[in-house]
Amino acid sequence: MKRFILPLGVFVALLGFLWVGLRLNPREVPSPLIDKPAPAFALAQLHLPERQIGTRDMAGQVWILNVWASWCVACRQEHPVLMEMARMKLAPIVGLNYKDARDEGIANLQRAGDPYVVSAFDQDGRVGIDYGVYGVPETFVIDKRGVIRYKQIGILTPEIVTGTLVPLIAKLNQEGGNG
Amino acid sequence: MAKWIAAVLMSLALCAHADEDLDKRAAALEEELRCLVCQNQTIADSHAGLAADLRREVREQLAQGKSEQEVLDFMVQRYGDFVLYRPPVKRTTWLLWFGPLLLLVAGAALLVLRLRAGRSRAAGPQPSEEELQRARALLDNDKEQP
Repeated sequence: MKRFILPLGVFVALLGFLWVGLRLNPREVPSPLIDKPAPAFALAQLHLPERQIGTRDMAGQVWILNVWASWCVACRQEHPVLMEMARMKLAPIVGLNYKDARDEGIANLQRAGDPYVVSAFDQDGRVGIDYGVYGVPETFVIDKRGVIRYKQIGILTPEIVTGTLVPLIAKLNQEGGNG
Repeated sequence: MAKWIAAVLMSLALCAHADEDLDKRAAALEEELRCLVCQNQTIADSHAGLAADLRREVREQLAQGKSEQEVLDFMVQRYGDFVLYRPPVKRTTWLLWFGPLLLLVAGAALLVLRLRAGRSRAAGPQPSEEELQRARALLDNDKEQP
């Protein structure tokens, strides 16, 4: 009887590892950018190419950066959630139109509604690289001091919004701007 | 005139050589970086849009005179250690790096223990002189009988 205990123990341990391994999501790579200053950018706006939008324009307030593209199917799925967030006036949402065609991006927003206060046009995806973007849509919450406090890879769900974003943004709004 | 042509050809050859060198360095570095879209490919292998962008980034930065390590640091800053095909040795990866060694040592220790236990069991109590004589006598009897 005793000689079965060791193999059985090893087997159970292996089973435990496999069980945990199956439930991890390999797509969710922890971002090294959390609690780091949001990479500075200044890009042409999507709608008004002659005007710019960048991190400096958003300094001093809690804001949301949402990376999207007209070619991104999951973004369409996420879009109603963003519209709801805009209606709730949770925080200003800046769009980062990632590797898109300008006219298609604009047409998309005209058709489905525009949840963004403004969209930046990142045609060659360089700002995307600075933000470590690899799976559009991605969403960043940036605090008053310009520090990234949250990153969502993949679509936002109503559960994430009410369960995570609403309390987080309420907390960030109470923090000091320079503290 | 001939001098001019020679000079032009020379500089072209030098450029080509520098390009080749850069290509080699970039290709080597691209083999070290993981494409985050298709996670089991390097950015050299992947056809994903992001991989193409990152290849462009690697090439540009090397052309600007940055070192391999600087380019790797740039990628790690943005995408984390996961982007490296060879994970760095640090506290959180000790188990990853030294775990196999640990298993080997544990296995060897177990083997040694079991072998020792087996040997002492086989050795058992030594027969006394009397018993040996009896055994010899029995064996001798056996031989004489037929």
